[in-house]
Amino acid sequence: MRWLAQTVAISSVNVMSLGQRLGSSSVAVVGFAGVVAVFVAVLSIAEGFQRVMARGVSPDTALVLRAGSDTEMSSGLDLEHTRIIKDAPGVMRGSDGPVASAELFVIVDVPKRATGTDANVPLRGVEPAAFAVRKAVKIVEGRPFREGQNEVIAGRAAAREFAGLEVGNHLRWGDNVWEVVGLFSAGDSVYESEIWTDARVAQPAYRRTGFQSVYARLESPDAFQRFKDALTSDPRLDVEVKREDEYYEAQSQVLRTLVRTLGNVVALLMAVGATFGALNTMYSAVAARGREIATLRALGFQAGPVLVSVMAESLLLALLGGSIGGGVAYLVANGYQTATMNFQTFSQVAFQLAVTPRLLVGGVAYALAMGICGGIFPAIRAVRAPIAMGLREV
Amino acid sequence: MSDALVQVSDVHKVYTRGAERVDVLKGLELEVGRGEFLALMGPSGSGKTTLLNLIGGLDKPTSGRVAVAGRDLTRASPRELAHWRARHVGFVFQFYNLLPVLTAARNIELPLLLTGLSRAERQKHVAAALELVGLADRAGHYPMQLSGGQEQRVGIARAIVNDPTLLLCDEPTGDLDRQTAGEILDLIAELNRRYEKTVIMVTHDPLAAERARRVLHMDKGMLVEAQAA
Repeated sequence: MRWLAQTVAISSVNVMSLGQRLGSSSVAVVGFAGVVAVFVAVLSIAEGFQRVMARGVSPDTALVLRAGSDTEMSSGLDLEHTRIIKDAPGVMRGSDGPVASAELFVIVDVPKRATGTDANVPLRGVEPAAFAVRKAVKIVEGRPFREGQNEVIAGRAAAREFAGLEVGNHLRWGDNVWEVVGLFSAGDSVYESEIWTDARVAQPAYRRTGFQSVYARLESPDAFQRFKDALTSDPRLDVEVKREDEYYEAQSQVLRTLVRTLGNVVALLMAVGATFGALNTMYSAVAARGREIATLRALGFQAGPVLVSVMAESLLLALLGGSIGGGVAYLVANGYQTATMNFQTFSQVAFQLAVTPRLLVGGVAYALAMGICGGIFPAIRAVRAPIAMGLREV
Repeated sequence: MSDALVQVSDVHKVYTRGAERVDVLKGLELEVGRGEFLALMGPSGSGKTTLLNLIGGLDKPTSGRVAVAGRDLTRASPRELAHWRARHVGFVFQFYNLLPVLTAARNIELPLLLTGLSRAERQKHVAAALELVGLADRAGHYPMQLSGGQEQRVGIARAIVNDPTLLLCDEPTGDLDRQTAGEILDLIAELNRRYEKTVIMVTHDPLAAERARRVLHMDKGMLVEAQAA
């Protein structure tokens, strides 16, 4: 208890005297804040991307691809095969038959609003059941495309990020001209980055006879295994069966890993600089307070509380810097609209940067780690300095 | 001297700076009785402050023995010494060594944080110490709001608030004008006479030394002369 009282007493003296060392303390705080702001902002890209890939997808929806295909881009299914898949056990049935949609997935060029340069945007050919499979999809402007017509509807995020996707616009992709007749929302999911049209129109336009995937709504999440077993044991088929949410989680993996690695490397390099800044600040603080520290130790204060108090000061600066950095990252980055390449499909995904509580806590923890590194050596110096010598410091 | 509170026996203190060896204390012998007021005089570098630091448990001799009230300080660990200083020694410094961010009362309270006293008890002790040094009305003042003499009074209050056996004063009037110095010396002398504190005072000032009951002179690490005041 007395040890604690000593620690609190010395730490409060340290904190109270921070004002006398405002200059050097501010340098350390700014250093910590800069590192945390960059760290959090970069990682918010990965968080936002993961979030968009995880939204609006459901464990009771299954995705069927050709065996060996990781993505819809590399998949291919015959018409006959898609019918067998739709009729498999476990698929929910509605008044119009199975709630399942055989789909095409092709890439079209659409200019980015921000740069004017062409970007790869997914054009998905869907069957009418696609809207029943994906419950979150809703027309928010205009109307749905009509079957058999060169009409498209654009996801809300795609229309925001890419030019020319306003309702009423006509776009030329390949030999065909397409009219944008509506915009849709999809619960902020990855589908909002897509353009949809009738699969039967997309097939001849892109010289396809078959499809690339089947999305099937299941009777329940538990029906998945039954559905999967039925398809994988059917000798007429050679397919991969995945849950929709797991598929999109895996889709975000490459980009997340890349961004997180980049973020960590950048933050680590910056952290080295900030830690040296903190070291310098704390060495200055210990030097400036050499006589005070020696006096306290002469009065009988133990070395441990002195060490902890120096660490506490360093950690306080780190906490302050980390909080400021996290706050700046939140204000600047959170909700920022952008689009990036999904390396698994080579197409753009529009999303918002997400500064999550987990990231903020991580950023502050990172700052505290820097504070520990910056404080420990000055703290050791403070307690190792001979008391008799410290008392004579001016 | 069987009643000796402080016993310094054959103490050597050597500092090395690179290849250079500096013998600060050379086989020093000293006994200080309980209730004594001893002044240590001598030129700069004669070892006065080093000797004071050894007696106060702030430093250890290279060889020899320093004991206070029968306790051998040379065998104590740094942790034990810190604990011992908190209970038995009061330090008065030339430049007061007050913490500028704390009020006079909070400065005086510092040694009491090392005891098990409650907050109310600590405040009572602080008030008594402030009263004793004549600064009862300055409790809430910060060091920069006090004169040099007042700061030293706060320093003395901090030194005695724990009711230590031994009061070690290192040039307590070295930074004060003649009149203020006289008042501070009066206070120290009163602590010795009235409260029976054993005082060891290092000073350059012959007038300050006159207040002591015994004056010892040091030169080149040895006691060269002893006289009764």
